[in-house]
Amino acid sequence: MNAGSATTPKLGVQAATKVYHTASGDLLALDRCSLDVHANEIVSIVGPSGCGKTTLLWSMSGLHRLTSGGIKLDGKEITGPHPDIGIVFQEANLLPWRNLDANIHFPFEIKGEKPDRAWIAHLINRVGLDGFGGKFPRELSGGMQQRAAIVRALALKPSVLLMDEPFGALDSFTREEMNRLVEEIWLDTKTTIVFITHSIEEAIFLSDRVVVLSARPGRVAREYRVPFARPRSLEIMATKEVFDLTNKIKMDIVGARSRPKAPDRPTAEIVRIRP
Amino acid sequence: MSGGDAIPEFSKTKAGAKAGDGHDVSLTNLSAFASGPGIKSGKEVAAILAVAVIIIGGIELALRLFHVPLYIMPPPSSIAYALFDEFPLIAPHLGYTLVELISGFTIGAVIGLVMAAVITQFPFAEKIVAPYILLLVTTPMLALVPLLILRFGFGYTPRIIAVALAAGPMVMINAATGFRRVDSAKIALARSYGASTLQIFWKIRAPMALPMILVGLMIGAIFGLLTAVGAEMVGGGFGLGNRLTTYSSMIQMPQFFAVVLILSTLGILIYVLFFLIGKKWASWEA
Repeated sequence: MNAGSATTPKLGVQAATKVYHTASGDLLALDRCSLDVHANEIVSIVGPSGCGKTTLLWSMSGLHRLTSGGIKLDGKEITGPHPDIGIVFQEANLLPWRNLDANIHFPFEIKGEKPDRAWIAHLINRVGLDGFGGKFPRELSGGMQQRAAIVRALALKPSVLLMDEPFGALDSFTREEMNRLVEEIWLDTKTTIVFITHSIEEAIFLSDRVVVLSARPGRVAREYRVPFARPRSLEIMATKEVFDLTNKIKMDIVGARSRPKAPDRPTAEIVRIRP
Repeated sequence: MSGGDAIPEFSKTKAGAKAGDGHDVSLTNLSAFASGPGIKSGKEVAAILAVAVIIIGGIELALRLFHVPLYIMPPPSSIAYALFDEFPLIAPHLGYTLVELISGFTIGAVIGLVMAAVITQFPFAEKIVAPYILLLVTTPMLALVPLLILRFGFGYTPRIIAVALAAGPMVMINAATGFRRVDSAKIALARSYGASTLQIFWKIRAPMALPMILVGLMIGAIFGLLTAVGAEMVGGGFGLGNRLTTYSSMIQMPQFFAVVLILSTLGILIYVLFFLIGKKWASWEA
């Protein structure tokens, strides 16, 4: 893993602009959005829905072409999917006609490489999927499917892992479990992670930095450092610091989502309700 | 936690929030695979057999009791006897029909599959071709048989062409539905590893289309059988369809029904064959 010099970010987003040409007209999804992700860092991106989080992530992965601006990996411009970037998609995105082993071998098959069995076995053991290799995705819970998807994404040993709302469809307990798993994997591999989420708590728990995007067109509205040491325990989520940080981010997002509307109705009416 | 659930923005109620198999396409057609012959318990088998015995026995009894003439409706026992007795004479005709069905179906299915795969890659071309395909699907190809006989004579050729014309569009229209099921996330997954267009086709599009392709092949084969028998009834001196016209013109009703029985069995075999293939290769969806 290349730590990179202090000046070269692992993944640099420079004035990324993306316009979608739709039937109902052009849609500016990202507007000169700039963001640096440093090596071995976990950065979460949060923002109001439709703010271009996923567009940003897909652009970072090289799957989407930007209208203007650029993405640099280790200082080099990327123009398409890059082997050093792994992606975990929304809802595991496993191939339902393949069992877990075949799903995990899929990247190697496409690349025409021999799967690194020792590494895969290590990853499978890490995420607790030992003995499930012959199962098909439909036979597994959402959490287990997403574990397999994480193994698949890490199988080619990418130095950057992009995660696009990976746990959005999971229940909150599974989600917390998965968050801890991501941290464990990070402690193990120190893979640079960019994590998109709707959940501020998830973002805070996982990240070294939380980046708040503005409402469409997406731009970096604000950044927060999350100073807690790792491994983090779930208890820190109950501390005042986290509470305050959550509220700050929430306010940013609410502020970004809508122009403050003057209350039509006197708010007192709501306040006055007594137990 | 920290009261983050007050703002609806953060509630995770996305469409398709169930972490299922990623794509939930419901295809009514596929119920053909789901509700087919399954493993049955001894009790069920006994019940099915009992009902069959009662129905067949009842028909036998009623026909004999009311002295229904043989040329109107022969009793099941005489049909069974005719099937056994005439089978050596019918067998070659079964062979001819199978040759027509298998060769016509193979030609039609291959052309249909290739066309479906190609056409779905070019949405514009698909729009242009669609009406003609629909025309081919909805026109009974039997109607063309007299014309084909005029051009190609009374041999295999017109029948094989008719079978191919009947099966091909059925295969194509279903396979095209399959190939059109683009799951952009799965294609993106393949692309993220640098997959070529060909790899995306063979590793993503084709497996995704497979359940619909199998439905198309099954329907195509059944339509092929229908058309083969129909074409044999129109003209020519061989094939099971020809036997039907021959036996009915000679009022040999037990033999006639024996051929009908063979045709039903053929149809069921086609269905079971594709059902089993579907169960093996497309059960991830059904």
